[in-house]
Amino acid sequence: MKDDNAPLSPALQIYRPQLTSVLSFMHRLTGIALSLGSLLLIAWLVAGSMGSPAYDMLLGFLRSGTGVLLLFGWTFTLFYHLCNGIRHLCWDAGYGFELKTIYASGWAVVSASLGLTVATWLIGLYALAGGA
Amino acid sequence: MRSPLSQARGLRSAGAGSAHWWTQRVTAVALVPLAIWFLASLLALGRGKHIDFVVWLQSPLNTILMVSFVIALFWHMALGLQVIVEDYVHTRPLKILASVAIHTGCALLVVTGLVSIARTIA
Repeated sequence: MKDDNAPLSPALQIYRPQLTSVLSFMHRLTGIALSLGSLLLIAWLVAGSMGSPAYDMLLGFLRSGTGVLLLFGWTFTLFYHLCNGIRHLCWDAGYGFELKTIYASGWAVVSASLGLTVATWLIGLYALAGGA
Repeated sequence: MRSPLSQARGLRSAGAGSAHWWTQRVTAVALVPLAIWFLASLLALGRGKHIDFVVWLQSPLNTILMVSFVIALFWHMALGLQVIVEDYVHTRPLKILASVAIHTGCALLVVTGLVSIARTIA
């Protein structure tokens, strides 16, 4: 039930998805996912304050298959929200509103977040293998 | 009849909307370098043991950055989740309840994080 005249978001059922709307939706979705991921940050800090056994247990989980999958998803989610967040800040400053620019920056965000995720994991795996 | 001035005043944000908007942007800008620093730190710590974590966090620069990261992150998170609730929850009591729950939860997480940092470096 609606109790004021606040503007509503477009109804998803009648809205044709485009790059712009999908990226906008993903910004919120990644924001929610990162909120859940932040619980892991607090778990890490708490485990660290409890001592070696708790810390080793958490890192053991993070190095397991499930843990690595979670961390990989978290990395992409973080980079996406970061890159698209910078795009949003540019809009807030009044730049990049032409339709062509909006699509170009949209694709730039997609490729940058994919590229940064892969690069981070290559560095991470290299370090884990004992190279650094 | 309302005077033109009172009509114009009536068009302003009814609550703390502009402060919310600005705080969300300021924390966003702060989180850009902090998130990159955090990710780089994780890459360096991923292979380490508990003692490496303690030594790393005890360095004054890392303590300051970690405290800043936790505060900026949960502040930004509370504001962002609040906007989502305000967009999709249309009953006022539920909207207020969800908002308060989000801010309370984030405040508790910040305190938990900061206390843990203090206990680690003590």
